[in-house]
Amino acid sequence: MKLGLVIDMDTCVGCHACVVSCKQWNTSGTLGALTDYEPYGKEPNGVAFNRVRSYEVDEYPNNKTVNMPMSCMHCETAECVTVCPTGASFKRAEDGIVLVDQDKCMGCNLCSWACPYGARELDQASGTMKKCTLCVDRIYDMELTEAERQPACVLTCPTRARHFGDFDDPDSNVSVLVRERNGLQSMPELGYNPVNHYLPPRPKPNAPTHNGGQLEPLTDRFKKWLNKVVVR
Amino acid sequence: MNPALSVILFTVSSGAGFGLILMAVALSLMGWVPGMGPGQTLVAILIGSVLASIGLLSSTAHLANPKNAWRAFFRFRSSWLSREGVFAVLFYPVVLVYLISLWVARDTGSLAWWGVLFGILTALLSLATVFCTGMIYASLRTIPQWNSALVPANYLLLAISSGTVILTLIADMQGVELRVLSGLALVLLVLSGLAKLLYYIWIGKPQGPTLNTAMGITRAKIKILESGQSSRSFLNKEFSNQVPAQTLKKMRWVVYLAGFVIPAVLMLVVFQTSMMLLSVLAVLLLLAGLSIERWLFFVEARHVVNVFYGQ
Repeated sequence: MKLGLVIDMDTCVGCHACVVSCKQWNTSGTLGALTDYEPYGKEPNGVAFNRVRSYEVDEYPNNKTVNMPMSCMHCETAECVTVCPTGASFKRAEDGIVLVDQDKCMGCNLCSWACPYGARELDQASGTMKKCTLCVDRIYDMELTEAERQPACVLTCPTRARHFGDFDDPDSNVSVLVRERNGLQSMPELGYNPVNHYLPPRPKPNAPTHNGGQLEPLTDRFKKWLNKVVVR
Repeated sequence: MNPALSVILFTVSSGAGFGLILMAVALSLMGWVPGMGPGQTLVAILIGSVLASIGLLSSTAHLANPKNAWRAFFRFRSSWLSREGVFAVLFYPVVLVYLISLWVARDTGSLAWWGVLFGILTALLSLATVFCTGMIYASLRTIPQWNSALVPANYLLLAISSGTVILTLIADMQGVELRVLSGLALVLLVLSGLAKLLYYIWIGKPQGPTLNTAMGITRAKIKILESGQSSRSFLNKEFSNQVPAQTLKKMRWVVYLAGFVIPAVLMLVVFQTSMMLLSVLAVLLLLAGLSIERWLFFVEARHVVNVFYGQ
């Protein structure tokens, strides 16, 4: 098995719900807690497994906003595991999930240096490296219903921009999505061969913008919109 | 990259220490320096071991969870950091035997066969440790400025040249003939300065992944709208810094003057006149210059995670 995520940059609206549900689940999960520093102070920050950043692609009038959530890519060539001197970082043979054994980590930061995706963050409280577990403590939990045996970020996404599955199976939902939507890897030139894939924004014409001046009457705009939407 | 003080101290100090040991062993085994017998070599090896140990101890200050540091010796097959640790620890029993052989030979002046053997082993382990230090950085594909054979080459050359300058001072204090040592130090300083210049020219070229290849959108300009965080996270603190480019340029001049040019000139004067004060000045300047060189090595390295923050 080669478990991983497909993230749809077309439908992601950048709401950060996955960030919040990830933190909520994992702070009491196998690698928890995800320590917060100065949570009520001037500069609150803390450990996160998943971060969403928003970008403006191209320039006006062709510009559009693209959101890119990032968590561990569970790379096939996981350099973070190669450089680890203690053997705390490991990639599971059975499903390809990359994990950190908190009892072995000495907090040297080298694995975070080796990760191009910023997936690993040092927890200053425990002195150990922490990272996305692909919710390993959820996806195999037989107490949960099958529909719930998915990572927290996938379950919570309100626009269903996140998909979880087995990339080794050519007919799995994730493999089909990658095939049909030209799914891509981030920074393929580095050769880490990340398992997680991103679906690029669909090629759609940009929404017409109005450059000031007088608008058409609302009724006319409504009729135009109705003619576009209703298929006869 | 964040320039951690413990790592700067570690690489400069242990580099100089291992370089000093390497040169002292090599020169005394070859017998190229008149007046440098087992007694003089003994002092040099002891000082080198102290320098290396200071560096290795300060490197543990960099660990967030040092109680697991003993586990770092078990991934020799894959991790350069593990290899460095193994060689650094193997160094101690070997250098101890070598020191004993030097102690035994200090009156007779002739080293036993096992002394020669352990001397060679000591030199090889010093060389291997410094090479591994360089490879820890050079093996990271995520940092284009480090991912080059120039990095271990620089680490080795700087270790050997700083070690030779320190060896000149030690020899000076013991009344050893200085022409070979100061001449060698001069040549090595010039060589390592040229290698560093080559490195600076090489990192001047723009290189590495961009936001375009990170997002797979290669035909449009991309800029960051928001990073999704209200203050600097671990990723920003560890991988980015806000040192102005102008300061970096000035610091390169400091590195050149303090780390290479002035020590080289001083070594030239020592070569001619054998003034001890100048060797002291050369060592102090060189160590200060190399500390700034190491600081620059970190500050100028741009980890690719910065592209996600539009930097």
